[in-house]
Amino acid sequence: MKLILKIWKQKNAGSKGGFAKYDLDGIAPEMSFMEMLAYLNQTLIEKGDEPVAYDHDCHEGICGSCGMYINGYPHGPVPGLTTCLLSMRYFKEGETIVVEPWRAKPFPVIKDLIVDRSAMDKIQVAGGFISVTTGAASEANAVLVNKKKSDLAFDASICIGCGACVAACKNASAMLFVSAKISQYALLPQGRPEAKERVRAMVAEMDRQSFGSCSNTGACEAQCPKQIKLFNIARLNREYYKAL
Amino acid sequence: MITLNSKIPDGPLEKKWTQYKANAKLVSPANKKKIDIIVVGTGISGAPAASTLGEMGYNVKVFCYQDTPRRAHSVAAQGGINAAKNYKNDGDSVYHLFYDVIKGGDFRAREANVYRIAEVSNQVIDHFTAIGVPFAREYGGTLTTRSFGGVQVSRTFYSRGQTGQQVLLGAYSSLSRQIKEGSVTMFPRREMLDLVVVDGKARGIIVRNLITGEIERHSAHAVVLATGGYGTIYYLSTLAVNSNASAAWKAYKRGAAFANPSFVQIHPSSVPQMNEFQSKLTLMSESLRNDGRVWVPKAKGDKRPANEIPDEERDYYLERRYPAFGNLVPRYVASRAANDRCDAGFGVGPTGLAVNLDFRDAINKQGKKAIEDKYGNLFDMYKDITGIDSYVEPMRIYPAGHYTMGGLWVDYDLMTTIPGLFAIGEANFSDHGANRLGASSLMQGAGDGYFILPYTISNYLAPEIKTPRIKTDIPEFQEAEEKAVERINRLLTVKGKQTANDFHKKLGKIMWDYCGMTRNEAGLTEALRLIRELRDEFWNDLIVSGHADELNQELEKAGRVADFLELGELMVNDALNRRESCGAHFREESQTADHEAMRNDDEFAYVAAWEYNSDQPPILHKEELKFEFVELKQRSYK
Repeated sequence: MKLILKIWKQKNAGSKGGFAKYDLDGIAPEMSFMEMLAYLNQTLIEKGDEPVAYDHDCHEGICGSCGMYINGYPHGPVPGLTTCLLSMRYFKEGETIVVEPWRAKPFPVIKDLIVDRSAMDKIQVAGGFISVTTGAASEANAVLVNKKKSDLAFDASICIGCGACVAACKNASAMLFVSAKISQYALLPQGRPEAKERVRAMVAEMDRQSFGSCSNTGACEAQCPKQIKLFNIARLNREYYKAL
Repeated sequence: MITLNSKIPDGPLEKKWTQYKANAKLVSPANKKKIDIIVVGTGISGAPAASTLGEMGYNVKVFCYQDTPRRAHSVAAQGGINAAKNYKNDGDSVYHLFYDVIKGGDFRAREANVYRIAEVSNQVIDHFTAIGVPFAREYGGTLTTRSFGGVQVSRTFYSRGQTGQQVLLGAYSSLSRQIKEGSVTMFPRREMLDLVVVDGKARGIIVRNLITGEIERHSAHAVVLATGGYGTIYYLSTLAVNSNASAAWKAYKRGAAFANPSFVQIHPSSVPQMNEFQSKLTLMSESLRNDGRVWVPKAKGDKRPANEIPDEERDYYLERRYPAFGNLVPRYVASRAANDRCDAGFGVGPTGLAVNLDFRDAINKQGKKAIEDKYGNLFDMYKDITGIDSYVEPMRIYPAGHYTMGGLWVDYDLMTTIPGLFAIGEANFSDHGANRLGASSLMQGAGDGYFILPYTISNYLAPEIKTPRIKTDIPEFQEAEEKAVERINRLLTVKGKQTANDFHKKLGKIMWDYCGMTRNEAGLTEALRLIRELRDEFWNDLIVSGHADELNQELEKAGRVADFLELGELMVNDALNRRESCGAHFREESQTADHEAMRNDDEFAYVAAWEYNSDQPPILHKEELKFEFVELKQRSYK
């Protein structure tokens, strides 16, 4: 396959970026998007050009490292896939593909397609944990947990922290990300003792990191590669009001 | 010259750890504040170690190459985590878990270490549950388990097919709590370039800030490496593409012995390679073999679509060769058997390097819904990658480099041969012998980090309370930094024609062909020659774009490949030395008449610990393995 790639290039956080255009031939349809970029970089280096910088690691959709807009969609046009699992067979011969880093104020560009997502870690640090010190746990079956709630907690807990929800949101809101963590702990009895402090702290930190407000457009849910559900945001709101 | 002292406590097996803890020296809270500890790596051993040490009151500095600690590759473990809870009332016990791990490792691990990890396994489950890891549950609200890895009990706790993610995110949450407390300082996007040894003790590390390219010096009273395995040496593996051996390798070159480097687990079921651009092999969980049947056509080169080949023309070779265990033979047996078939020309798919994993019979018997409930996410993932619907036609699978049992040699304290340098999780060699059983890696990593290292490191640090904070302006840091900078400059100034990736691919092929699933003297000798040649070529024809003082992923990669080119040679030397077949290590010279592995306990019941000897060949030290509590048996899966 032959494709035309328009990729955002930016030397570092302080410099002005712009699109670079590459004509790339010899793409195999079974390549992943990451492998296509690696192939592009190989050709660039061989020509003595600067390769494109992008975050990637596990290549199986679970670490959350990768993420970029592909033709305007976070992680590309196929629902439920991270960029690393997006196969090139979803693209057409001769197509122009526009690739950009996450565009959101809390995620400043570091280089090319790499952004700084440490604001998400800061939210987690503010309260995304259960305060049990190593050695202090009781026997695991001492607390029984309703299976349905436990399964719902699991469905929320699979967030990979990639930032696609923020990138998809016109307000750059991190509500889906925060609600996934809040939901996981709110649904488990182990998480209840600190529920109020947790939700207050995480929401406050989210605001401090200048993520925007939620206006319920649902773009985050549509673009989440793990398909985390919007009703988690409702639960976050309820938890938050209860904690006021 | 180093000496190996495993420091295994005396006494009965089940009392050793209790006795050790009773006698271990403690550090008072006031003194802990004055002690710095560096932890490198934030996976399922590093994050638990760092958060626990922080909770105890030490000053902890944690480093990882990713942008956040939550991305360490433990996140990708699928199957589960073992513990001897006996919740299924099927007769499980600490002893049974211990015995399965020792036997599964083909009697090449230390009894005392393995018993201890089995002992702490239950605490690990208690702790993860308490910090909100959503393990699968029964309707009554208790935790449930599944059987895994062909053992006779059901002891594997799991969160659907992503247990690694759940426990890692649990460990990351505890780490976050300590970052908030201020006891842990996190340094993401840092790569360790060297270990700093002062007066024979590990006292710090040199790292490169991967965003700015700055070289930083960090000091501590002790250093913990939790940097994982080196399976990416094969280029294509189930690991994250940036996983690397560099931290462990630098420690080796500073005097830490490297144990059993050739012990590598090749996982039997990954999605096969489809083209030369492929960057990794995605794992398909071992649990699939509970219902899938493995086969190849009976006729060589039969190119008909799988579903058109009638049953009588299919060779269900695992069921044929191993009637007792069938498709559930251990990983390395399944890998080798697949390799045998493909080498003999019976492989399927476009490359002939794959075998079928067929769910037809299971779907007919249990219904599509039952299979979907058990493996839905894996079938989806397989379809995403290949475009093939495995409910309709068989999956194709092929073995892939997966887990390294070898690693830095450690004693019972999990300390390497450099005092003050500890290695935990996959980075050490200690618990899995020559083969790791499924769902034991999360158990060992978390056990090391939460419940073992915190005791043993305190025992080491107790006499260090009078040592003031280590300064970083001393000559040892200077020397290490200069060395790191010099190597970066060397990598940037070769200015040849081939990328680091080109060399990595070539090295991977050499390792896979000669030091992969089966090994022999002639092949290994050839591999030594090829690796040395390739290393020369690397330093004469490498091209690295960009500069040292910026984010430069090509430079990162080149450094890692340069280290792999050295480690590869040590792996081959170790495989050459071990003229027996044991666990995942199969020497063709040591097999029975029907091609099964043959162990040689008289000559090789030892840990091979290699000492770096600059330009000279490495020095082999042998730690004899004494089995006081179990009887050595030749395993059979027939």
